[in-house]
Parts: sequence; C-alpha cells; structure tokens
Amino acid sequence: MITLNHYLIVSAILFATGTAGVFLRRNVITMLLSIEIMLNAANLALVAFGRYYGRVDGQIVVFFVVTVAAAEAAVGLALVISLFRHRESLDPDAFTRLRW
Amino acid sequence: MLFFYALAAAAVVTSLLVIGQRNPMHSVMLLIASFGALAGLYVLLDAPFVAVIQIIIYTGAILVLFLFVVMLLNAPREDVPEDAARRLRLHGPRRVGAVLAAVLAVELGWAVWATFRAGAAPAFEQGEGVAQAVSSVRRIGQVLFTEYAFAFEVTSLLIIVAMIGAVILAKRRTDG
Repeated sequence: MITLNHYLIVSAILFATGTAGVFLRRNVITMLLSIEIMLNAANLALVAFGRYYGRVDGQIVVFFVVTVAAAEAAVGLALVISLFRHRESLDPDAFTRLRW
Repeated sequence: MLFFYALAAAAVVTSLLVIGQRNPMHSVMLLIASFGALAGLYVLLDAPFVAVIQIIIYTGAILVLFLFVVMLLNAPREDVPEDAARRLRLHGPRRVGAVLAAVLAVELGWAVWATFRAGAAPAFEQGEGVAQAVSSVRRIGQVLFTEYAFAFEVTSLLIIVAMIGAVILAKRRTDG
C-alpha cells in the first residue's frame, strides 16, 4: 500500500539531492539544475498533499511554482551568459568582484 | 505499487547522477529523464494536468533552454584548479557541504517519520469520487480563475519582468 509517507520520503530525498548539488558542484549551470531538482521535490510534496486532502489547490500552487521556475531559469541563464562573457569561466569562485 | 517504486527509484537515481556529472550536457539529459519519472509519479497521484505541464513546460521549455545555453557556452568541463593549493582549499567546504546535505536528508526523513509515528501511515482515499475530483482539469481551471485569479495575474507581471531582465542581462554591450 503506497501511502502519503512514501511520496514525502521521495520528495525529501530529492530535495537533499538538490541541496548536495548546490554545495558540491563548482559549475553554475549544474547549480541551477540542482535548484530545479529542489523545486521539483517541493512540487511532488504539494501534489501528494493535494491528493491526500482531495483538493486541487496543491496542483494550482505547482502551476505557479513552474512559472516561477521558468522565470528563474531565464534570468539565471542570462546571468550565466553575461558572466561567462566576462570571465570565460563557469566556476562560481571566479566571480568574486561586483564590478569589472 | 510496483510502478511507484520503479518511478521513484528512477527519479532518485537520475537526480543523483545529475549532480555526479562533470559535463553539464549529461546533467541536463539525466535531469530530463528524472523529470519524466516525476511526471509518471504525478499520473499515479491522479494529477494528469501536472504531469503534462511537467513534460511540456519543464522538459520541453526550461530544460531545452538550459541545453541551448550549455551548447552556446561550449564549456563541457567543470574547471579544476591547476595549482594544488587551490584544489586543496576546495576540499574543506566540499566535505562540509556533503555532510550538511546528508544531515538535511536525515532530518527531513526523521520529520516525516516522527510526524506520522502516532497513527497509521496516512493512506490515500481510494474512492472513485476523490480521484476524479482531483484529476479534473475543469475543476483546476475553475479554482485557478476564481480563487487564485489575482495570483494568476501577478504571474503574468512576473514573466514580463523576467523577460525584460533576461534580455537586458544577456544583451551584448554595444558601447564598449
């Protein structure tokens, strides 16, 4: 019998995986991908809770999360492109100055 | 039940592989597989609408955007510092990060376990009515455009701001 707990545990593992990715990788693009993993972990928990309570509100919040994720990806990748133009590097440690 | 375990295992394993890759291109490809498995989990949760937007918006739009940027920058490898001293300095923070992530996983698992320890594990209602009520796109639309109408409108503002911001940030400077 698959219960709510099963989905919440999967969501927890995915969220921790995303956190580990942000901590461990030295590449801005992979760090942004890890943030997407975390957002998806939250989405899974929202949908599971929505199903548990028999309401559609969880799915509507997921819709908004996906929209925010799209906006975040667009701005984040634009930042990555403009940083890469200046430093020729994707290492977050290369971007230590606020001006160039 | 078998479906759940297969899809959950696929989602977790591919996500772990995403953060294990040095090549961002492979990371994006594995993340597409991971999101496909998650879409399957949404179907099991009677949420076909979310499963479809997961595939169309997430894998179809957001990850393709990532793919474009990875190809555009053409930087297939993560930079490894040449000098040994700098490389050594990276080990400390990395170890701390790994420990912190492991602690977070244990904490979240413990929180789920402790919350539901008192009663039986909360099972999903199996009735046909609940499944239909939750999976109805008509119902989602009705609630979205009545209760959440303001949030929906604000979302459009957010997208315009993000679009303008992205164009300004990525624009090549003509003056210098």
